[in-house]
Amino acid sequence: MSDTVIRIRNLHKRFGDVHVVKGVDLEVKRGERIAIIGASGSGKSTILRCLNFMEMPSDGIIELDGKVLGAEGGGNAGGGQRSYSEAELCEVRTRVGMVFQQFNLFPHMTVLENVMEGLITVKRMPKEAARSRATEQLAKVGLQDKLDAYPGKLSGGQQQRVAIARALAMDPEVLLFDEPTSSLDPELVGEVLRVIHALAEEGRTMLLVTHELGFAYHFADRVVFIADGVVYETGTADDVLKHPKRERTQAFLARFTERAF
Amino acid sequence: MEYTWDFKVMLDSFPLLLRGLVVTIELWILAFAIGFSLGFAVSLARVSSRGWLNAPAIGYVEIFRNTPVLVQLIWFYYAFPIILGQQLSPFTAAALALTLNTSAYCAEIFRGGIVSIARGQWEGAKAIGMTRAMTMRRVILPQVLKRMLPAFTNRGIELAKVTSLASLLAVNEIMYQGRLLSSTYYRPLEILTVVALVYFVLIYPGSYLSARLERRLAARD
Repeated sequence: MSDTVIRIRNLHKRFGDVHVVKGVDLEVKRGERIAIIGASGSGKSTILRCLNFMEMPSDGIIELDGKVLGAEGGGNAGGGQRSYSEAELCEVRTRVGMVFQQFNLFPHMTVLENVMEGLITVKRMPKEAARSRATEQLAKVGLQDKLDAYPGKLSGGQQQRVAIARALAMDPEVLLFDEPTSSLDPELVGEVLRVIHALAEEGRTMLLVTHELGFAYHFADRVVFIADGVVYETGTADDVLKHPKRERTQAFLARFTERAF
Repeated sequence: MEYTWDFKVMLDSFPLLLRGLVVTIELWILAFAIGFSLGFAVSLARVSSRGWLNAPAIGYVEIFRNTPVLVQLIWFYYAFPIILGQQLSPFTAAALALTLNTSAYCAEIFRGGIVSIARGQWEGAKAIGMTRAMTMRRVILPQVLKRMLPAFTNRGIELAKVTSLASLLAVNEIMYQGRLLSSTYYRPLEILTVVALVYFVLIYPGSYLSARLERRLAARD
């Protein structure tokens, strides 16, 4: 197995006439924790969402474990340059899990059923095995006493922890977090960040798009600052967040320090 | 106005009405079961982004929704056989017209339900590797059925009543029997009153059960 899990080359994404991602190259090493920061609308979430094909790249190549995904020509969905079969995309998504800003739990299923769903339908695990694996993951995020609750009855922080357990249950090689705390009340942010931090300690490969710069500083081996759809500055958390070299990174960070007290 | 009600006539007529009721129920269940399933298939075409699937589905739905059911019944009995080159029995023609009509309405209900489910539900399912078909079956449809239960119930109730129009094609369902008995015994008021009661007894339990089910499902949220 190669040291690089994901390699993106010259990634572009257009929504109609709007060119959101304009040629991004990025390598993610096994066990690496990358925080992606940048202003709203900079394209940082779109880059993340291309990695598990929530958005279909308009151009560029994505490699997973050294294997180039998709086939040349005849782009499906979104008029991209490459075409991907549904089977390939589904397989990639089980290996590259995602946690969303809005949780996206299934409201008609209990907490336990939410986590079991992928194990049963996608991994074809027997029900009992799926149940014990799901219970295990829910215990890990501290929700062992909420197995039979419906998501609608939980707080935002609890719902996000269920979503993390759901992604973890699939045992992905890489976990993507798309602003996982942005829609939470301030007092609920901590419990979710603690869970993410614990996963980071396990040595999982993770990419996190976030506005929580303080958390990014402690969490990340590497920080990527995105501006106007390109990687504008990248380096260690200390380099980028404490000693940014380029102008726009400095301006972006200055807006945060202004609000500090 | 003097009128002496005389329900004694029902003693002789009731068995015949019940026989008609059986035909009504057959027509109702057949048209609803097939119309519901077919409606789901049409709704899939309707929400598709492919024009060659989408456009015919829109045409199909609009034709059935914007013409009177009575006309559709008559058309399927008199006009369709000319195209088909084979005569249809009154029951078959009525069942066909009511099934297709129901499918058009159900397609719209399904479509409304499917598009009302937030995009995040598709994404949540996608992110754990579920295919589109799995997502539809396990995530989207259960929520659509729950959300659209009142609309489907209304459609079912409407259909039960609309089956009475089949009497005009001489399908021997309950309305047809009622009209026949009326002209035999010259007691149309009594007979039609009983026919109305029979329809009520047939339809009401369905709407009652559906309302209860709706409350039970709502309690989960």
